[in-house]
Amino acid sequence: MKIKGNAASVEFEHVTKVYGGMVKAVDDVSFAVAAGTLVTLLGPSGCGKTTTLRMIAGLEMATAGRIVIGGRDVTKLPATDRDVSMVFQSYALFPHMSVQENVSYGLKLSGHSKDEVRERTEAGLALVGLKGYGSRSPSELSGGQQQRVAVARALVLEPEVLLFDEPLSNLDAKLRRQVREEIREIQTSLGLTVVYVTHDQEEALAVSDRIIVMNNAVIAQMGTPRQLYEAPDTAFVADFIGEANILPCVVEDVTDGRAQVRIDGMTVTLAARGVGKGPARLAVRPNRILLAPAAAKSGFTGTLRKATYVGSHWEYSVESAAGNIFAKALDGDDRLTVGGPVAIGFTAEGPVLLPQ
Amino acid sequence: MLRHGLDRNVTFWLLTGLAAFVLLPWYGIERGYLDMRWITGGWPFRGSGASGLFAGLERPWLLPHLVFLLLPLAAWGRLKSDPLFSATLLFAGAGGLIWLLLQGFAIGLNGFEWSWLEALFGPQDIRQFGMGYGALFTAAAFLFFLSSGLAARGVVNGDTFVVGSIGFVIAVVGIFIFFPIMKMFIAGLQTDDGSYSLSVFIAKFADRKIWSLACMTGGTRCGVAWNSLFLAVMVGLFSTLLGLVFALVVTRTGFRFGRFLRAMTLLPIITPPFVIGLAIILLFGLSGTVTTTIAGITGMQPTRWVYGFTGVFIAQLLAFTPIAFLVLIGVVEGVSPSMEEAAQTLRAGRWHTFRTVSLPLMRPGLANAFLLGFIESMADFGNPLVLSGNFDVLSTEIFFAIVGAQNDAGRAAVLAMVLLFFTLAAFYLQRFWLGKKSYTTLTGKGDSGHHPLLPKQLRYVLFAIAGVWTVFTLVVYFIIIYGSFVEVWGLKNNLTFNHYVRAFGLSWNEFGLHFSGAAWDSFWTTLQISAISAPLTAAIGLLTAYLLVRQSFAGKQAFEFTTMLSFAVPGTVIGVSYIVAFNVPPIELTGTGLILILSFIFRNMPVGVRAGVASMSQLDKSLDEASLTLGANSWQTFRKIILPLLRPAILAALVYSFVRAMTAISAVIFLVSARYDMATSYIIGRVENNDYGLAIAYSTVLIFVMFAAIGLFQLLVGRRQLGRRFDQSRTNWEAGG
Ligand SMILES: Nc1ncnc2c1ncn2[C@@H]1O[C@H](COP(=O)(O)OP(=O)(O)O)[C@@H](O)[C@H]1O
Ligand SMILES: [Mg+2]
Repeated sequence: MKIKGNAASVEFEHVTKVYGGMVKAVDDVSFAVAAGTLVTLLGPSGCGKTTTLRMIAGLEMATAGRIVIGGRDVTKLPATDRDVSMVFQSYALFPHMSVQENVSYGLKLSGHSKDEVRERTEAGLALVGLKGYGSRSPSELSGGQQQRVAVARALVLEPEVLLFDEPLSNLDAKLRRQVREEIREIQTSLGLTVVYVTHDQEEALAVSDRIIVMNNAVIAQMGTPRQLYEAPDTAFVADFIGEANILPCVVEDVTDGRAQVRIDGMTVTLAARGVGKGPARLAVRPNRILLAPAAAKSGFTGTLRKATYVGSHWEYSVESAAGNIFAKALDGDDRLTVGGPVAIGFTAEGPVLLPQ
Repeated sequence: MLRHGLDRNVTFWLLTGLAAFVLLPWYGIERGYLDMRWITGGWPFRGSGASGLFAGLERPWLLPHLVFLLLPLAAWGRLKSDPLFSATLLFAGAGGLIWLLLQGFAIGLNGFEWSWLEALFGPQDIRQFGMGYGALFTAAAFLFFLSSGLAARGVVNGDTFVVGSIGFVIAVVGIFIFFPIMKMFIAGLQTDDGSYSLSVFIAKFADRKIWSLACMTGGTRCGVAWNSLFLAVMVGLFSTLLGLVFALVVTRTGFRFGRFLRAMTLLPIITPPFVIGLAIILLFGLSGTVTTTIAGITGMQPTRWVYGFTGVFIAQLLAFTPIAFLVLIGVVEGVSPSMEEAAQTLRAGRWHTFRTVSLPLMRPGLANAFLLGFIESMADFGNPLVLSGNFDVLSTEIFFAIVGAQNDAGRAAVLAMVLLFFTLAAFYLQRFWLGKKSYTTLTGKGDSGHHPLLPKQLRYVLFAIAGVWTVFTLVVYFIIIYGSFVEVWGLKNNLTFNHYVRAFGLSWNEFGLHFSGAAWDSFWTTLQISAISAPLTAAIGLLTAYLLVRQSFAGKQAFEFTTMLSFAVPGTVIGVSYIVAFNVPPIELTGTGLILILSFIFRNMPVGVRAGVASMSQLDKSLDEASLTLGANSWQTFRKIILPLLRPAILAALVYSFVRAMTAISAVIFLVSARYDMATSYIIGRVENNDYGLAIAYSTVLIFVMFAAIGLFQLLVGRRQLGRRFDQSRTNWEAGG
């Protein structure tokens, strides 16, 4: 007996959710999740991630819009009748049932034969590495093991879509990396469609095929982890995924999709990304900023306000005409003195223009 | 899921309704629903056993029900999402229910009940009786059609189980709480010849016996309304004060026997309400121990001084102080120690801290305890009945208006309205005024400090008061047990088992064991009725709690308010309204055991609701949701996840409603019949015949039976659970025994 994937796609078309006539938790959101991929909903707390996830599960009903799973319109279908399983933040294991009863709960309800229920339950437990734990009660398991039972319970139903709501938040820091790798491994080996909610950008970058960044009930940007990191569309995304310095600049000329950008006297050439002439903003990652003694005459200048050694690298705080700049460098530079002038430059892949 | 043919649940109820209409007797049987003799009474074609269909041949107004029952067939082959599906079911359900009610109310025992119908059709020789099983199940089918129709419209996410449950709870609460009270109001408007008159109502309402203030101006008596109000205010005040004393003793004096005091709060739960009154009579009555002793010493003539305000006041104070204590201990403990410690670090002394910080923070709790004592006193029936003498109060006055020589249901209704007004006003204050002012400072985390001890002098005063009162309470309970062995209190003081033998004697005769004692009949009836009503009470209470905690729907607040309202409706009012409402068709219940069961269910339902709400809110909601995403529907989730996890709450609700049914008197005394006499009303009957010995012996047995029931419960659920759950149930609304 093997647990199969049964992956289906998920589409949201202009979905809105209003709570109690007042709170717009999700506002006109559209996206598509391709079958067999892991897509993360990422954003600060309260931005509507959980609400979006619960609408996929059918635990909340959309106020407006259409939800399609595997080509079928499920907008009005309650959770019971959707082929979607969810792993809850609290795991939600039934405390009055053994591990095995928990895992077989959904199977029994869907009318499989006794033998099949048993076989599938065992296969599910084996899949998450909990063979032989069936007769225990959930309270006798560690947090990580409980998590796996919750995953097994959802997996054995071979759902079209598997949902995770902040699955790592109740685990201690060391376990997190391991568990998230396990989840990714199961997802790829079974070819599952997974929608995964987190507010931790590092976690999102590590596990996802694609990321949907949400902010204030709307989608800020979607893309692969690399796209989001390298080419954020907004200051919010740039800052939320990795840190970024947002600096004002002026686009002086655009030719063939390349822009001449002036920033406090220094001029660089960047991908235009649809930005026209005039004032604009660009984002630079702290580790893509180069600091040198003021004499170096490369880039523009500022005053070094703070230099902090944090073990793996150095952190610098620089005051410049373009605003305060935060920079990171692997090695300290003895030539820089706090309170003294510094020259600021960018690495080759450094700054990106922000279209919005 | 969407499916073709006819929806499975709709099919089930369609067949049930049809079967009920064709096979079950439409009308009720004289001896009540539990009597199965209709099977031989011409069933199902003729006579008292005739089903709706066959009775309908003589009474054509029954036949439209069949049309409404068959109507859902028009939805055959339609999907749930089809507007015609929901429209058909809505029409069948609502139409059927409306028709059922209309014909039920329009045609009664003596033909047309409404004169315009008679004007329209002319006088007809038609009549019908109260509804029976057939009507009941037909109505259930209509109700289900209606809720399926609503669910198909997308109400409450289209969940049929939830919509059906809401409909069911609203229907039964409407029929068994609102309808009787409405009927009672109407009875208040009715004149002797059956017509309605506002002026008669006003005359009854403005009666000097209710509102007179003569006692203020030198007269002898005030009106009953003022008496009740005065008594209730005094009992509320003093029980709150005493409760506060006990709460402070337990939490702020370093007192070590707090557990003992807490255990004493179980006493009023297992004590029938009038028993304390009886003990007061044994102590202070004309031949009471204290009275005769003092008379012997001083040579004064013994008097009936305790009968009247004083006696009722003392008895109620004894009975209700533990309740105030339970409320206040939560409040006193709830004041965050860190606030008090903060005050002390700001250089406030102990006394100053208590006065300026602790006490103001307890204020809403104090108001709550006061209102509770107020309602309990207003609604109390047992103690005034045995002790009030010439000091008439509303609850007993209502009773005498019905059973006395007057037999004036209209007057009883008016008095009941006055009583209801007072208790509902207090209930309203508690929920809407206090409900908004939460001074709770319990923060859960990081509040590790200790409550500071009170200043020494205050501590001694508290100890003294609490000590005296505790001793008094113990004496009262001792007197009850001791008194049950005394031949005739105050006259023949020898000890005897006589009373127990008279009440619970057993003997052998030619048929074997014979329960020859006089109390056995009512004792078995009481056990039986309590045992039947307890699971029903728990079931409807928990179902309501589930709807309140786990579902959101329009009008939920109003729904909650109405289900909790019956806490504030005094038993006497329920009693009067039930006999007014259920004495005539369409629902005839008086004289049956069922009316007792129903009155218990709806009097005690809030207990089940409270217990359920308290423990269900502690269940993580994601458990239900996990179950739903795993493919269970809401009924399966309720049965497989919620119910098993609520076992302690279920047991608590069971035991509590059982015990309350055993001790209830105020509603019961109106509803008992020769066939269904209850322990408490039997005891009151003995008291009225001055047979105190047997009354007290019987009460003692009841107390021990209930003690055993609670003990059993403790074994089943474990000790810790009990205190908390009973606290929860006890500290919320309930009125009168
Ligand atoms: N059941 C609810 N009723 C009312 N408002 C809600 C409810 N659930 C969530 N919200 C509100 O909707 C917004 C989005 O919530 P949520 O989806 O839980 O955010 P996230 O998971 O991203 O932290 C928040 O402002 C939250 O307060
Ligand atoms: Mg969330």
